[in-house]
Amino acid sequence: MNAPTYNFAYLDEQTKRMIRRAILKAIAIPGYQVPFASREMPMPYGWGTGGVQVTAAILGPIDKLKVIDQGSDDTTNAISIRKFFEKTAGVAVTTSTGDATVIQTRHRIPEAMLQAHQVLVYQVPIPEPLRFLEPRETETRRMHALAEYGLMHVKLYEDIARFGHIATSYAYPVKVNARYVMDPSPTPKFDNPKMDNCAALQLFGAGREKRIYAIPPYTSVVSLDFEDHPFEPYKHKACCALCNAEDSYLDEIVTDNKGSRMFVCSDTDYCETRQSQGHRGSENAAPYAESANA
Amino acid sequence: MTTVAEMPAGFADKVLAAQSTFRSVMDAMARPGTVQRIQAVSGVPAPMMRGAAAIALTLFDQDTPVWLDSKLAATMDVAKWIKFHTSAPVIADPAVCAFAVVADAAALPSFEHFAFGTGEYPDRSTTIILQVASLTEGPAYELRGPGIDGATILRAAIGVPDLLDRLALNASLFPRGIDLVLVSGESIVALPRTTRLVAKEG
Repeated sequence: MNAPTYNFAYLDEQTKRMIRRAILKAIAIPGYQVPFASREMPMPYGWGTGGVQVTAAILGPIDKLKVIDQGSDDTTNAISIRKFFEKTAGVAVTTSTGDATVIQTRHRIPEAMLQAHQVLVYQVPIPEPLRFLEPRETETRRMHALAEYGLMHVKLYEDIARFGHIATSYAYPVKVNARYVMDPSPTPKFDNPKMDNCAALQLFGAGREKRIYAIPPYTSVVSLDFEDHPFEPYKHKACCALCNAEDSYLDEIVTDNKGSRMFVCSDTDYCETRQSQGHRGSENAAPYAESANA
Repeated sequence: MTTVAEMPAGFADKVLAAQSTFRSVMDAMARPGTVQRIQAVSGVPAPMMRGAAAIALTLFDQDTPVWLDSKLAATMDVAKWIKFHTSAPVIADPAVCAFAVVADAAALPSFEHFAFGTGEYPDRSTTIILQVASLTEGPAYELRGPGIDGATILRAAIGVPDLLDRLALNASLFPRGIDLVLVSGESIVALPRTTRLVAKEG
């Protein structure tokens, strides 16, 4: 139920209007970072205050909310944010990617293909892709204004000179609608191709850095690369130990002090859905407990 | 002279009406050419349309200077209603307005009278809320751009002279530019600055 002392979805109406205006401009200028007056939220910076504010501004009573942290519905951050909106907005929550209308995420894009009626909200720590190359905001603003992105290509080139390949494995820079270079938040670069021509609207909120940006549906999102060093989505050479998926992004889990390890899907909903369909991995010979109860 | 008691009401349920209106506008902006409907009920000062009034109640406040075209500014009713319900300053200079509400599409001033934003801050630009005759009947336009899967057709009686030339100029300024929200009754269609229009035969 709604906690009586809070407005619907926690934020006051003036704050929501300000965020909503920023979201509309962000959609109109794909990949451009719109400044907004980020509020202090009842959680620390780094826990998704930007994403929470974007979610609070768009959420309505008929929405179904899913929150994931590194692909998982079951981690502290995901559970806290889900409970926060259950309490302050009284919305229905789900862990199923297919059932959700709004999905707030930290560091992953769900494996299941997103649909046109869904909105994906990213929590972003550092929205400026050029920040580690140029610390001054006045300069990075000008670089974006002039589409002066040579520095980013130099950075990727230096990767190749030093390691023989582009070693950037997460927050891999993309170009949106052939104009703005954008930080896709620290998602693994495995997820970058999912952003391209995606049916769902993608919104990005950075609370500490006070920026909102967006990728409208069906927009071109190209990972930066070179002709002779094309972009390659990285993935562990293994399949999931629980559901045997070969196409999902895997987390490496160390299982003892001797270096033994296993790989499991980072997207828990995808993994559980596959297990309930009868897929079994090397570490999962036993019948799936929840499907036995069903 | 209208007193506060005679003034048309705002949203009956401010919070949820603003939310549902915003989602319609967001969906319109994210999927240019699709016709979205405003569900929320509110009072409307003539000659404003229901959709435009709901957008005003949803997005205007003390931080958004609003410019009204001569048809809306002909009586003080609209300006008073906006000031009373949203606290938005109604200003005479369109060059610094965050929103422009235009009831007479045929007399829409050329885009350079409004704010295009700057290269560094292209978001500091005017959103024009343009009341049009129809968003279902009229000349056909083919739309392309972000938010559109390939191409889509919009049939609308927009009524702005040399609309396509104006939008071509707008496109050439990208990332600066004007964003349009077309309103007809309670239907809305958004044409953000990234959308490309071509007149279509038939």
